[in-house]
Amino acid sequence: MKLELRGITKVFGTFTANDSIDLVIEPGQVHALLGENGAGKSTLMNVIYGLYDPDGGEILLDDKPVKFAGPGEAMAAGIGMVHQHFMLVPVFTVAENVILGFEPTKGGIISLGEARRRVKEISDRFGFNIDPDTRVEDLPVGAQQRVEIIKALSHDAKIVILDEPTAVLTPQETDELLEIMRQLKNSGTSIVFITHKLREVKAIADKISVIRRGKIVGSADPTASEKELASAMVGRSVSLTVAKEDAQPGDVRLTVKDLSLITSQGVPLLRDVSFDVRSGEILAIAGVQGNGQTELTETLLGMHPKAHGSAQLNGEELLGKSIREVLDVGLGFVPEDRNKDGLIAGFTIEENMILDLHDKAPYARGMSLNAKVIEENAAKHIEEFDVRTQTSKNLASQLSGGNQQKVVLARELSRPLQLFIAAQPTRGLDVGSIEFVHKRVIAERDSGTAVIIVSTELDEVLGLADRIAVMYEGHIIGIVPKDTSRDVLGLMMAGVDYDAALTKAAQHETTLSAVSDETDISRGGAL
Amino acid sequence: MSAATLSPSSQHFEGTVVTPVSWKGPIAYGVIGLLSLIALGFGSPAGSIAQIVLSQSRDSIKIDALMVPARATVIVLSLAILVLAAYASYAALKRIKVGAWMPTIVGVLTFMSFLIWAAAGKDTTMPLAQLLAQGLILAVPLAFGAMAGLICERVGIINIAIEGQLLAGAFVGAVAATVVGNAYAALFVAPFAGALVGVLLAFFSIKYRVDQIVVGVVLNVLVIGVTSYLFSTVLKENKSLLNQPERLGELPIPLLSDIPFIGGILFNQNILVYLMFVAVIALQFLIFRSRWGLRLRSVGEHPKAADTVGIKVNRTRWINTIIGGAVAGLGGVAFTVMAGVGFGKEMTAGKGYIALAAMILGRWNPNGAFAAAILFGIADALRGTLSITGTPVPTQFLAMLPYLATIFAVAGLVGKVRAPAAEGIPYVK
Repeated sequence: MKLELRGITKVFGTFTANDSIDLVIEPGQVHALLGENGAGKSTLMNVIYGLYDPDGGEILLDDKPVKFAGPGEAMAAGIGMVHQHFMLVPVFTVAENVILGFEPTKGGIISLGEARRRVKEISDRFGFNIDPDTRVEDLPVGAQQRVEIIKALSHDAKIVILDEPTAVLTPQETDELLEIMRQLKNSGTSIVFITHKLREVKAIADKISVIRRGKIVGSADPTASEKELASAMVGRSVSLTVAKEDAQPGDVRLTVKDLSLITSQGVPLLRDVSFDVRSGEILAIAGVQGNGQTELTETLLGMHPKAHGSAQLNGEELLGKSIREVLDVGLGFVPEDRNKDGLIAGFTIEENMILDLHDKAPYARGMSLNAKVIEENAAKHIEEFDVRTQTSKNLASQLSGGNQQKVVLARELSRPLQLFIAAQPTRGLDVGSIEFVHKRVIAERDSGTAVIIVSTELDEVLGLADRIAVMYEGHIIGIVPKDTSRDVLGLMMAGVDYDAALTKAAQHETTLSAVSDETDISRGGAL
Repeated sequence: MSAATLSPSSQHFEGTVVTPVSWKGPIAYGVIGLLSLIALGFGSPAGSIAQIVLSQSRDSIKIDALMVPARATVIVLSLAILVLAAYASYAALKRIKVGAWMPTIVGVLTFMSFLIWAAAGKDTTMPLAQLLAQGLILAVPLAFGAMAGLICERVGIINIAIEGQLLAGAFVGAVAATVVGNAYAALFVAPFAGALVGVLLAFFSIKYRVDQIVVGVVLNVLVIGVTSYLFSTVLKENKSLLNQPERLGELPIPLLSDIPFIGGILFNQNILVYLMFVAVIALQFLIFRSRWGLRLRSVGEHPKAADTVGIKVNRTRWINTIIGGAVAGLGGVAFTVMAGVGFGKEMTAGKGYIALAAMILGRWNPNGAFAAAILFGIADALRGTLSITGTPVPTQFLAMLPYLATIFAVAGLVGKVRAPAAEGIPYVK
């Protein structure tokens, strides 16, 4: 089926998310929509899918204008969508999720046999091996995505939209997903592939459209180099590599030994985690989201008093200390969810910059805050960290993601630190902010601080790390050198140990790593 | 807890993940068994006899009262509880999942021990059959309220207004039955009163996204105010015209009502009790197996997911909040017409909140909520019975027991209690 968009415009208040977008998706093509976070890709897809009403323009299916009052109508017309955040009910079974909204019924009662048959049919066609009666919450993330794909295909979708589908996958799982996309394409399905990952676009796309600030700014050929694509996406020439000198590691700063954490339900989150970090080096912790990285950083900060084992910073035990005490020992911490844990959205920038120092001189004066010093402090940091805002009295919620993260960094890096931990420091940021954050992290390393970076983006890990620790199911699978190949890291992220991963990776190279070889661009930058 | 959270075998990465042994259940059963053995068993006078009556006066077939040696029987029952506690410990160690039958049987055994102890060596008899029948009647508003609560919460709307919906149903039911001159008229009109309260709840919590608990409480106060005002101004003046409903009569089901003991309790009841049975069974099936139920649950668990497959989230919430209100409104009839009494100020007396507790104790399942409602109903009936037979302990304290048990049960004895994920959160696209 051919999908055509003519002049699609979507406005939220004063913000134009989509500005008269024209796009043609040919049948049986993989059409990549490339753009930064916040460029308007997801909004556009939600318009196509009937979730949003466009403020202007029209959608044509096989040259006939259509209007969708809701996702139900879009699905009925043959459009399926695999959402970035899975639209699956965790407590439902696979079959229940797949039939939801299109239930096979007899007199209002669901016919479970038919539901199972639908799941099995598609599952078998692609070799998914998914049991229709498993609860979705019991499935690993990769399998959940397959359920999403089954759901999208179950009503004979002729056009499938995949919204950032690889964000939660290991490189090997990504490879399998690309294979599925190829199968779909060969069977005549049109695919819209939304992503900001250049490597994947080059591996699979037939056609690439670049979207920037709500506008289609051009199209590119899959043969274009990553650098060209990145420049088109950002609108200026960018450097994909993180410029850094070799580390000059000093003494061991942090020693973590046999750290374990188990929930009260008995689920182990951390299992015998041991590693050390020297001053002046960056240890990057790689792994698929939800393999204990979050808990590890939180435990070091002192958020899990029930953790067992030991974590010593300069010989001083961190476990058993309150968060306040840990911070005073010299830990800087950038949490992975800056909106929830990093900032107080309703506080001003000034206030957010002294959250951890508000009770200390010179910011505190007896029982009250010293407004003048706080303002000066903010002015200094806004300048130094290039926070784009009119005034330091603006609320944190009024800032863009990149500027919010700069506020968090300004606060955490403005104290003398022994250890700096940043979890997903560039998640959801624009390229300019990513460059800035990376520069600051490396500057902190070079000043002699021990640095731990947790990231699920392999590009970021490879760009920043001096050593890489890979986590899987709460355990450190191995600590490997910074020049380890992405295939090996990918296998380790799926639980294969280093030696086995080396052998296996040598036998089978993934498409994505092939892409990087042929373009010969040094890896790095979280694009 | 901290001792149990890290069992030795889970400290190593190799081997399967081991969940910590949960001792809550076995300890609770053991304590209950011991208390029952010591306080009730040896607390019954030696050689005393307890008379347990197994039929009601209106039963067609009467069976003789059971004469049991009190101390011996209670000791046997208590030992049985201890055996179950031992099995629960074994199951906990082996990590075998024990179903709901365990607390149920322990509960029944404890209940029996208690009754025998209370009747031991007394001249008065313990009217067990009558007690259970009464418990069932008292459970009617609780069961309807709990069903209303779970329909609403399953769709994502917290319904604190059950109390008000019951009260509205009681009021309108009484008036309708009196005006029409037929008790059954109440059954057709009362749901509308409850539904009207449901409309207000939906209006404020869906359309204006007001905090649902606040809206619910305010609606309760509103209904109390309106009904009390109308009661003092209109109903009191014209009692015989407006507030003297007939009683819903018993409709014995042929054959079934002739079963000794059970028959009289379950199958010689009024229509509202039968409707309650139907409602529970139907909801248990429909919520989990019908299209309506699947959509209802999806909206309460993950409204965005429901939206992306074309289900109208807020419309689904509107419709089911109103249905829930109607169910509670029907339950309100139990206070007035079912008992054959006129409406009185604030006559629901917090039963709506108890219904909410029954729903939580039943883990948002119709069957479970019904069982909890029965438990509370029997507890209520027990207080009345004991005040006649007399016990050494003030009956008010005994009446607190089921609610104390509820707090413990909800706190974790029944296992993981999980409310619908999107409950109480307004849906904005």
